[in-house]
Amino acid sequence: MEALLQYLANGLLVGGVYALIAMGIVIIYKASGIFNFAVGQMMMFGAFFCWTFIEQLGLPPLLSLLLSLIAGAALGLLIERFTLRKLIGQPVLSAIMMTLAVSYFLGGQALGFFGSYLRPLPRIFSADPINLGGVVLASDLLWSFITAMVVFGLLALFYQRSRMGLAMRATAESHQIAQARGINVRSVFSLTWALAGIVATIGGILLGYRLGLSNLLASIGLKAFPAVILGGVESIAGALIGGLVVGVLETLAGGLINPWIMEITPYIIILLVLVFMPEGLFGLKRIERI
Amino acid sequence: MAITRPAGTFDKSYAQDMAIIRTRWQWIMLIGGLVLLFCLPAFASSRYLNVINAICITIIAVHGLNILVGYTGQINLGQAAFMAVGAYTSGILTARLGLSFWIALPCAALAAGMVGLIFGLPSLRVKGFYLALATLAAQMIMPALILNVRPDITGGVHTLVIPPPSIFGIKCNSAQSIFYIIVPITLLMTFFAKNITRTGIGRAFVAVRDNDLAAQLMGINVFKYKLLAFFICSLYAGVAGSLWAHWARAIHPDHFTLMHSIWFLGMLIVGGMGSATGVIFGVVFLRTLDEITKVLGTSIATVFPALIGNIQGALSVSVYGLVIILFLLFEPRGLAHRWEIFKASYRLRPFPY
Repeated sequence: MEALLQYLANGLLVGGVYALIAMGIVIIYKASGIFNFAVGQMMMFGAFFCWTFIEQLGLPPLLSLLLSLIAGAALGLLIERFTLRKLIGQPVLSAIMMTLAVSYFLGGQALGFFGSYLRPLPRIFSADPINLGGVVLASDLLWSFITAMVVFGLLALFYQRSRMGLAMRATAESHQIAQARGINVRSVFSLTWALAGIVATIGGILLGYRLGLSNLLASIGLKAFPAVILGGVESIAGALIGGLVVGVLETLAGGLINPWIMEITPYIIILLVLVFMPEGLFGLKRIERI
Repeated sequence: MAITRPAGTFDKSYAQDMAIIRTRWQWIMLIGGLVLLFCLPAFASSRYLNVINAICITIIAVHGLNILVGYTGQINLGQAAFMAVGAYTSGILTARLGLSFWIALPCAALAAGMVGLIFGLPSLRVKGFYLALATLAAQMIMPALILNVRPDITGGVHTLVIPPPSIFGIKCNSAQSIFYIIVPITLLMTFFAKNITRTGIGRAFVAVRDNDLAAQLMGINVFKYKLLAFFICSLYAGVAGSLWAHWARAIHPDHFTLMHSIWFLGMLIVGGMGSATGVIFGVVFLRTLDEITKVLGTSIATVFPALIGNIQGALSVSVYGLVIILFLLFEPRGLAHRWEIFKASYRLRPFPY
């Protein structure tokens, strides 16, 4: 029982970060119908930006955090401007291959510039685990979970309250109607990618803080895909729930069955969801017309 | 491609109209080319032969992918995983059970085909990037299963060492000798790939690609043809995997990663989807580019020794990503399209059209 609770708690905390990364995928998909396979590499680059500002340039942590968010947003903008904007109207395979090619390009650049060895980010929070009645919460995990949830809340607030957020939601609903209401759809796409770049950077820094920076960080981005599929691609709430569920199931499978099962649990979830419930928990059912 | 037919060549029968090779010169070129190809091991070094062997094996895998992605319009991010199934089936049958390569090859193809069928099941309900994710799941699950389920059979984290195949009692353990196994099989598979798309099955595939609902209304069994396309695709992967296993003679799940799957898709993009010629163009182009970046990376590393270790991988991955991006932006129909334009303009010279 104790062990089960422990796994549940760990899974929830890990899932929080998956949810945040999944959110970055969902906002792009909602606005432009493109599934961003490069999210892992964007995360990794965000974390490397942060590392460069802190360790190489010796800037204070808070300032470097801010700068790396700006750099992450710029990266998102660049990707949108130079690759995906030209693909509007092309078949879906082109968009998929484009984000995959971008992820390769970024991965290669990261390997060239930063090498393949592990670099730690400086510690900010104390490393002592927190004990809650028998369940031990690793403080790194707890902090990254709290940060992820705060960012998630801020983003939800942005989408609910701000003018730009409303414009983004309108664009997600229908490009033509949004245009008719005077929304510049193209700049909404750019801003969505910038926002996704920021979210990915935060996710990357959180993961990098816990696991250390290396190009393996990018492969954790893959774990966000099951979260997106489970929650439904169009749903922000779905990303949150999907991320948490994937985190919990993964940790439970790893702890109770076998450690290697943990690695493939998210993908088994993808297969099951796609065969039995393709639209996910909160996604839209698609009706096709000829 | 009627436009590229030389002047004065007329069809007098349906068989002539459907023939791929039409004129005497084309026959002479084909046979001459084949003779040259088969003489190659006599004067090329092992290093170049190994590049050619790798190109041929990749061509087989990408032909399968072309039938699924280019003709049927389904997306597959797991071709390398299906190749791994073929490689390990073939490897286990020959190394552990002592069977001949010629029995292991069809078994490997069938095993990969079956696995492809299982992971093709989601294609009945989803398409687009959903399907991409389903096949991505295949790509992540298969190597983990190979590593962990029965490491005593598959070798687990250790490489599985495979005996060389033999033909007419000769052991093929060098680049020169295995060339004579790989190249004929590649030619055969290319022949099948080219022709399968010219049959009723191929036309059904194209109908499913263009609009699967419309295809269904026209009486095409979409369920059957999507699964058939997945089966053929992974069958090709199985053959390629089996050849790879016997060529490399040591296999490990790390030889069949997501990176390889994406690489195959990239070759399809560069060559041009839905064209058997395009497959060959794409594979040769990207494989050659890879060899060039390897050489370039080594020479950069000798000039800047501090970069050694990373520069090669970084260069090859970035160049690959950049090439795909550029092709998607500026030549989305691939080299095959460019080749058709070239052929047409050559025939019409000096007139523009």
